Amino acid sequence: MPGKLKVKIVAGRHLPVMDRASDLTDAFVEVKFGNTTFKTDVYLKSLNPQWNSEWFKFEVDDEDLQDEPLQITVLDHDTYSANDAIGKVYIDIDPLLYSEAATVISGWFPIYDTIHGIRGEINVVVKVDLFNDLNRFRQSSCGIKFFCTTSIPKCYRAVIIHGFVEELVVNEDPEYQWIDRIRTPRASNEARQRLISLMSGELQRKIGLKVLEMRGNAVVGYLQCFDLEGESGLVVRAIGTACTLDKLSSPAAFLPACNSPSKEMKEIPFNEDPNPNTHSSGPSTPLKNQTYSFSPSKSYSRQSSSSDTDLSLTPKTGMGSGSAGKEGGPFKALLRQQTQSALEQREFPFFTLTAFPPGFLVHVGGVVSARSVKLLDRIHNPDEPETRDAWWAEIRQEIKSHAKALGCHAVVGYSESTSICEEVCILSASGTAAVLNPRFLQDGTVEGCLEQRLEENLPAGCGFCHIPYDELNMPFPAHLTYCYNCRKQKVPDVLFTTIDLPMDAAVIGKGCLIQARLCRLKKKAQAEANATAISNLLPFMEYEVHTQLMNKLKLKGMNALFGLRIQISVGENMLMGLASATGVYLAALPTPGGIQIAGKTPNDGSYEQHISHMQKKINDTIAKNKELYEINPPEICEEIIGSPIPEPRQRSRLLRSQSESSDEVTELDLSHGKKDAFVLEIDDTDAMEDVHSLLTDVPPPSGFYSCNTEIMPGINNWTSEIQMFTSVRVIRLSSLNLTNQALNKNFNDLCENLLKSLYFKLRSMIPCCLCHVNFTVSLPEDELIQVTVTAVAITFDKNQALQTTKTHAEKSLQRASTDNEELLQFPLELCSDSLPSHPFPPAKEHLESASSNSGIPAAQRATSVDYSSFADRCSSWIELIKLKAQTIRRGSIKTTVTVEKASPVGEGNFRNRSSPPCANSTVGVVKMTPLSFIPGAKITKYLGIINMFFIRETTSLREEGGVSGFLHAFIAEVFAMVRAHVAALGGNAVVSYIMKQCVFMENPNKNQAQCLINVSGDAVVFVRESELEVVSTQQPAATCQPSCTGGEVTT
Amino acid sequence: MASELDIFVGNTTLIDEDVYRLWLDGYSVSDAVALRVRSGILEQTGATAAVLQSDTMDHYRTFQMLERLLHAPPKLLHQLIFQIPPSRQALLIERYYAFDEAFVREVLGKKLSKGTKKDLDDISTKTGITLKSCRRQFDNFKRVFKVVEEMRGSLVDNIQQHFLLSDRLARDYAAIVFFANNRFETGKKKLQYLSFGDFAFCAELMIQNWTLGAVGEAPTDPDPQADDMDMDLDKEFLQDLKELKVLVADKDLLDLHKSLVCTALRGKLGVFSEMEANFKNLSRGLVNVAAKLTHNKDVRDLFVDLVEKFVEPCRSDHWPLNDVRLFLNQYSASVHSLDGFRHQALWDRYMGTLRGCLLRLCHD
Repeated sequence: MPGKLKVKIVAGRHLPVMDRASDLTDAFVEVKFGNTTFKTDVYLKSLNPQWNSEWFKFEVDDEDLQDEPLQITVLDHDTYSANDAIGKVYIDIDPLLYSEAATVISGWFPIYDTIHGIRGEINVVVKVDLFNDLNRFRQSSCGIKFFCTTSIPKCYRAVIIHGFVEELVVNEDPEYQWIDRIRTPRASNEARQRLISLMSGELQRKIGLKVLEMRGNAVVGYLQCFDLEGESGLVVRAIGTACTLDKLSSPAAFLPACNSPSKEMKEIPFNEDPNPNTHSSGPSTPLKNQTYSFSPSKSYSRQSSSSDTDLSLTPKTGMGSGSAGKEGGPFKALLRQQTQSALEQREFPFFTLTAFPPGFLVHVGGVVSARSVKLLDRIHNPDEPETRDAWWAEIRQEIKSHAKALGCHAVVGYSESTSICEEVCILSASGTAAVLNPRFLQDGTVEGCLEQRLEENLPAGCGFCHIPYDELNMPFPAHLTYCYNCRKQKVPDVLFTTIDLPMDAAVIGKGCLIQARLCRLKKKAQAEANATAISNLLPFMEYEVHTQLMNKLKLKGMNALFGLRIQISVGENMLMGLASATGVYLAALPTPGGIQIAGKTPNDGSYEQHISHMQKKINDTIAKNKELYEINPPEICEEIIGSPIPEPRQRSRLLRSQSESSDEVTELDLSHGKKDAFVLEIDDTDAMEDVHSLLTDVPPPSGFYSCNTEIMPGINNWTSEIQMFTSVRVIRLSSLNLTNQALNKNFNDLCENLLKSLYFKLRSMIPCCLCHVNFTVSLPEDELIQVTVTAVAITFDKNQALQTTKTHAEKSLQRASTDNEELLQFPLELCSDSLPSHPFPPAKEHLESASSNSGIPAAQRATSVDYSSFADRCSSWIELIKLKAQTIRRGSIKTTVTVEKASPVGEGNFRNRSSPPCANSTVGVVKMTPLSFIPGAKITKYLGIINMFFIRETTSLREEGGVSGFLHAFIAEVFAMVRAHVAALGGNAVVSYIMKQCVFMENPNKNQAQCLINVSGDAVVFVRESELEVVSTQQPAATCQPSCTGGEVTT
Repeated sequence: MASELDIFVGNTTLIDEDVYRLWLDGYSVSDAVALRVRSGILEQTGATAAVLQSDTMDHYRTFQMLERLLHAPPKLLHQLIFQIPPSRQALLIERYYAFDEAFVREVLGKKLSKGTKKDLDDISTKTGITLKSCRRQFDNFKRVFKVVEEMRGSLVDNIQQHFLLSDRLARDYAAIVFFANNRFETGKKKLQYLSFGDFAFCAELMIQNWTLGAVGEAPTDPDPQADDMDMDLDKEFLQDLKELKVLVADKDLLDLHKSLVCTALRGKLGVFSEMEANFKNLSRGLVNVAAKLTHNKDVRDLFVDLVEKFVEPCRSDHWPLNDVRLFLNQYSASVHSLDGFRHQALWDRYMGTLRGCLLRLCHD
């Protein structure tokens, strides 16, 4: 009996009217866990019932604690007929099961009904008492921490990164059970929600057991998906990376860690630190005389072998398993051996991480991916999900062999996905082949000498670009050059990866979002014929997507892609491919050549003219893009003052490369450099169209940048304003006899228009960057294309782009001063009115001093810490004042009561962990972001994983505002429920938020629609940097100079 | 390629003030798009008309979802569905409850019933305000009325508490509710020159002095629900006002009153002779207005009577405002020296308010 779950139902509010006669409701609550149910009393005639129940106690196994959700149902009591359900709340109590996370769940939860949406709120308190588990043969895995974040979470240190964990569970989909014909849609939806919740819990527990076996204590980069296979069942599967994490416990411990380029620094990945010292002096990665031999290459190639219903795509087929380097000597061999042994123990040396502790990633080979087309059949025995397991095992095996072919032992940035249409399913997996440093892979015993030597010599910022494969035995044709950074190793001309840009990578200019979009018509077919047709199309699609990516990359004047994600979706009569990645110019790789157009019918004069015209247009575009993204090849870069890459290390590198300049100059002549130029032959309309589509991509309006990685290369002065959003568009293709071209154009327009709309909507945030732009495409019906985008817009400070070495304190001052400017429109009104006198005068004073300070650089640095904290406080006063200004404008003397109540209190509400935000009436702000960090803030605690699944259905679509109204309301409700759960855990943000599924089905004729949404993320507590600084200055251990804390701002 | 579905949902709800205004003004999506295009936004941002259309639709949808909450503003503060910064919430509420001067003049003092609602299209045509906007404003009036109707305590405070309006706007609503409740006639031709501000000013004075709540002490009435404290005029007070009749009925008293006023004002008034000639008429007018207030019908005609009996005579003799003020001050004060008159307190309660109202009403 290892756990006691205690639940208290406090109150409800804003309940719907359930009794038309009295316009009131007689509500009571059922609390269910497992098979035990408790009920509260009926609270008569109220829309705001106060149950204030006793503590309901459930004595349960910890296995159940992990699997089962707590189910709270609010009902309306009816004396004569059956009680009407108002709605439900499912609470995942997993966060209460491990010690460092939340201790209590307490707060207002939206009461959710799958037919009516949110109907009021209920205040609940949940606690768990865990007893020590003495059973050695236990099935539970309480205590394993789960993180969606695909890097080592901020307040932890990775001791060992164990590796890949995966699991899947299957079940019948309640929607397709016979009973569904006789039960209500509500009952069916609830059965589904509950089942998926149960399966998620079970899955998490099983993965936890595997982690325990590996002696880990956490799963990072946990990604759980479900496949709705229709008739054949429901699959919930998850992958993740098992780790042993150490908490950087006290705030004092982690503060200095970030502030000095000490050893700990390395273990906090992803702190993109603008402080150059860290990089230049700090030890970092790869070996100096590393000669893994091997050779460079392009990261990508494909070959396919297809069998009847089963096709595998091989991005890489070479045999080039790494032969040992000649110059490497014993040391390298040793390293290699260790790495290998560490990795080869594992079935799949995969890592779902996309960002790594410094030193972890040694070389990157390129993208590896595999796809396979399967026919779904009924899952006969849910307890033996062997078929699905076998399918995935097959694909993983293929990925592994691709990685080997690239001379790599491991795959990082690994992910899996599916696309299902009727009984055909495409399974896809992709990742980045890489060579890893064994230091993190096993227990410390081996580390000793190795580590030291590792850290001696480091070609910083370019090591990962060096080819891991054999130069003489390349798996595919590629163009190799010596690294432009260290001049010692070979690098490929282009690099594609699925990971985030390593933080120490030397990059020139800014990055940008690059997308390849593609549609292919397919004949409608059944079963095997259909699968074969799809299998036959896949290689062509992959090839075209790749070509598009390559062309667009060159058009941008860049040479590497990060965060590459290729999605192939299958529909009844077409296939769609959407690839998104962030293009950058890696300093280590050669300058990309231009794009040359060649016609095949050279006789026609006007045709030639046309071609040369196109050529000119392309060259102009490349030149324009280079300017836009500030890509200045090294030679020029020297002269450009204020290039956004301020690291001295890089400058010195640039100096070195100057000697080579004579070589390079010719390469700048884009169209004529024959060695690198990419030749496009336009001998048919298809190719013409390709060229056109290249040129139709419009760059974002000025002040906007976009990327699909966590951080935007070249921008590191984020301010704290963030706006996460989801946008969904569905278009209906107009005619039935569509051509591939028309389809492509439609799809392209859809994506481009969507981006344009986003830029327009977010124009008030300029200058800003859309980060982690995540497009998903699906084909819900015959002529429908659905595109869903989730991203976060983050503002940054333009003025500071040139002054990255500035202290954080100064940054916050500037922020305060911009606030001040915004306020300037009010001052008259403010002065003439009787404001509460105490906060105002000091605020004004400090603002003045703050704004005057911001212009003065170094001189005032010493005092700046104090100022910044003031500035921050001022800005909260400003908020208050702003509110007043609004009302004052209408000439009032008093301020409304509520406005005062609602002001900054809300924000501060959750900062104080000791006071749970439960009965408080003000709604606290909960931030949501797909990134693993919050700009301008420090994450101090991870409260647990949020993994929620909702179904919403309507039979009155028109009345709810049509499909747009329906989905808009539903997504807003999903956000609200996520925020409420986070707030109840005591958190104030969700990081690594992802909407994994948004399945929308409509039947306008029947006035019906249904939507399923699955979201996840990590609930966290964050503290604003400015507040943190107050703490840090109080710390006597003053290793932290304010100038160093600057590093945190940008993370 | 028609967009079947097109939505944007932010974690923080985006509110575009310009679009909100267009929505409040009752423009359809296509009209709003046209107006936005005319504002030059496309040139500023480089967006296309399609983008604007989608953006406008999105905002309109958001506002429609918010409207339900705006009907009970405290709900907007406590709801969890839309994360909106407090300053934005205040803006949403304030703008939603703002009204057009032209519209409020049309319905001020009318019963907030279905009948009046039917006349809204006429009002819409007359004022040029869209029917949609008229409906919103009318419904706002009615909603506030319904909520505070049965409530005890200060009208302004009640409105502020339940609708979270700024002080100024809450006062305006108090006036609207007060007028609707007492059905004061404001639509007559001779009252057209008066603005909503004039009426609101009078309403505030009357609420402060002539209602039950104005007495300032808890009603001794055993059934405290019997009267709304701030909305209804104090019946007892109105009844008592009959006693003032003696001021004009008793000829000696009237003469004495006149001589007191004339003595005090001689040489101070530009229109002294006109005042002297008209005194009895004016005094009769003012006192008779008071005496008649027992009848509901006469209460409704209060402003008509005041304008007829006092404002118009003054206007026809071209009294300067300052002279009106001097006269009214003296006219009220002199009564204290009339030994035979016993209702000094009653007189002050009546005249104190009326003096303020009359001064406000005396303009062109």
